Amino acid sequence: MAAETKKQEREVVLSVKDLKVNFRAYGGLVQAVRGISFDLHRGETLAIVGESGSGKSVSIKAIMGILANNAIIESGEILYDGKDLTKVKEDDFHEIRGKRIGLIFQDPLSALNPIMKIGRQITETLRLNQKMSKEDAKKRALELMTAVGIPEPEKRYDQYPFQFSGGMRQRIVIAIALAGDPEILICDEPTTALDVTVQAKILELINQIKKDRNLSVIFITHDLGVVANMADRVNVMYAGKVVETGSAEEIFFEPAHPYTWALLSSMPDLHTKERLMAIPGTPPNMIYPPKGDAFAPRSEFAMRIDYEQEPPMFKITDTHAAATWLLHPKAAQNGIEMPAVLKARIERMKRSGAVNG
Amino acid sequence: MADSQYILEVNNLCQHFTSGHGKKKMTVKAVDDVSFGVRPAETFGLVGESGCGKTTTGRTIIRLYNPTSGEVLFNGRDIASKMNGDLRRYLTDNIAMIFQDPIESLNPKMTIEEIVGEGLKVRGMKDRAEIRQKVIEMLRKVGLVEEHATRYPHEFSGGQRQRIGIARAIIINPKLIIADEPVSALDVSVQAQVINLLNDLKEEMGLTILFIAHNLSVVKYFSDRIGVMYYGHLVEVAKGDDLYRNPLHPYTKALLSAIPEPNPLTERSRVRVDYVPERDHDYSKEQPSMVEVEPEHYVYCSPSELKKWSV
Repeated sequence: MAAETKKQEREVVLSVKDLKVNFRAYGGLVQAVRGISFDLHRGETLAIVGESGSGKSVSIKAIMGILANNAIIESGEILYDGKDLTKVKEDDFHEIRGKRIGLIFQDPLSALNPIMKIGRQITETLRLNQKMSKEDAKKRALELMTAVGIPEPEKRYDQYPFQFSGGMRQRIVIAIALAGDPEILICDEPTTALDVTVQAKILELINQIKKDRNLSVIFITHDLGVVANMADRVNVMYAGKVVETGSAEEIFFEPAHPYTWALLSSMPDLHTKERLMAIPGTPPNMIYPPKGDAFAPRSEFAMRIDYEQEPPMFKITDTHAAATWLLHPKAAQNGIEMPAVLKARIERMKRSGAVNG
Repeated sequence: MADSQYILEVNNLCQHFTSGHGKKKMTVKAVDDVSFGVRPAETFGLVGESGCGKTTTGRTIIRLYNPTSGEVLFNGRDIASKMNGDLRRYLTDNIAMIFQDPIESLNPKMTIEEIVGEGLKVRGMKDRAEIRQKVIEMLRKVGLVEEHATRYPHEFSGGQRQRIGIARAIIINPKLIIADEPVSALDVSVQAQVINLLNDLKEEMGLTILFIAHNLSVVKYFSDRIGVMYYGHLVEVAKGDDLYRNPLHPYTKALLSAIPEPNPLTERSRVRVDYVPERDHDYSKEQPSMVEVEPEHYVYCSPSELKKWSV
């Protein structure tokens, strides 16, 4: 495919290698991230999918250098611009955070200072980082507010966060993230707190900004619909590990890991009539992560080896890989395939895509 | 819609909230002139964005609020009238509620046995052993075990807590359950468990469910009929399939066009429709009302709009 070869030629802007993050907690050492590796290419959107506790937020906090005090980066490196971000001291991190890598938080209300005017919150980064004069900063802030689609920016400039609706607040947060003119934008569930109609608008805005500025985006979410909308590539995370990685088409149409199967088939779409394939049990306690494949206790496809030995990443295509023993040549004779319900759904998705596209 | 085929009938229900006094007095019409009916053993879904009044509707039906006007008939009896002991008993005997937030809605100082059994105790059951037995039966029904009865809410995961909330609702053997966003606070992998559980209970106990949610895919999957709300008004009511195949009201169209589907092929070519009430409606000359366009498909519109839309 032409699109794939183009992607390979793209330069890597950020590279995470075998990152492990632990937290010292009351009950013991929580192994939140257990060795993840991925590359972010210029101009692409990488989606990280997983449920709460899978380590997706922790890994991006490590990238931004905003891990909590009880966190320990046990091993691994985050390479950006020739530097290892895990080694950068807090005093020097402000050169990167906000300026080179921007972050959009989940909850726009708690991300904004309630007793500071919107205008001041946007110009703060401009005044501090770029040493702009007050007038220039205001001009730039008004430009940014127009760019993120806030009507009457002159009037809104002097208002407080509580005077804005949820969607407008998220636009302000995006404007603040863009003020430093970053080249990487990290979005941590930016639309989870918003209504569907507002969510659609914010997603369109992020896509537009990404195109205009040739940004590289890391998009964290648990909503597969949003992933389908935004992502070029997808990392599926479970229990602190990337269990499957691939292009959006590969993850949605040729999923290989039982957890991805379960995720895709557990939520109803608009055509679902049959009983939902619920995933039994709950995510594991990461103080005592399970031996072998962490998903095995909840998977109906688990084999004996899944409880004993951790599966490596098996390569399926150049862009697609999954960590499951099902892909081992010896497992093929077991004839385990994805569930029939999911197969039918993928067929339906391909058909409706052919009709619309 | 006055027909005895409905177990729950809501007629012209209004719920207005006021704040301030004198010149500063403000009225918020959270629910304004809402009418719909729910048949026995049916699931009726209410969707809409936050602040549209769907939760208020549910809470007014179970009388957490006193309605401003309108009537709510349950099995033919008006439950929106003045509250007295007899009505309260009738209400709590027949209608139960499941709340959105499984952490906030369980008292942290009570054990699961106390939480689930409270409904029975309030209604005069005194025999401890009998209550306990009933509680254990309910816990088993929702997929928990006997040992859980002596524990406290914080010892459970989100999905388990929601199961406790469901056990508390079904222990009084209600005819109608009002489920207010029962899965939206849960993890994706656990949501399906709770939806399946509700479906099983519905079949087993012949429950009627008023399902309030904002996730349209879940509502579509779970409900027989769906009502779409916008700013206090019910704008469209139809069977799930009809609503998705043939949405008439511009707000329904906008809402449907905004749902992200887990399908990269359709997502990339999706066209979103905007809804701007000032642009889409002209109610200066004619007043809108609820009209039955095709069997079982109601839409809130004025006569000229009806002509325009049904073409």
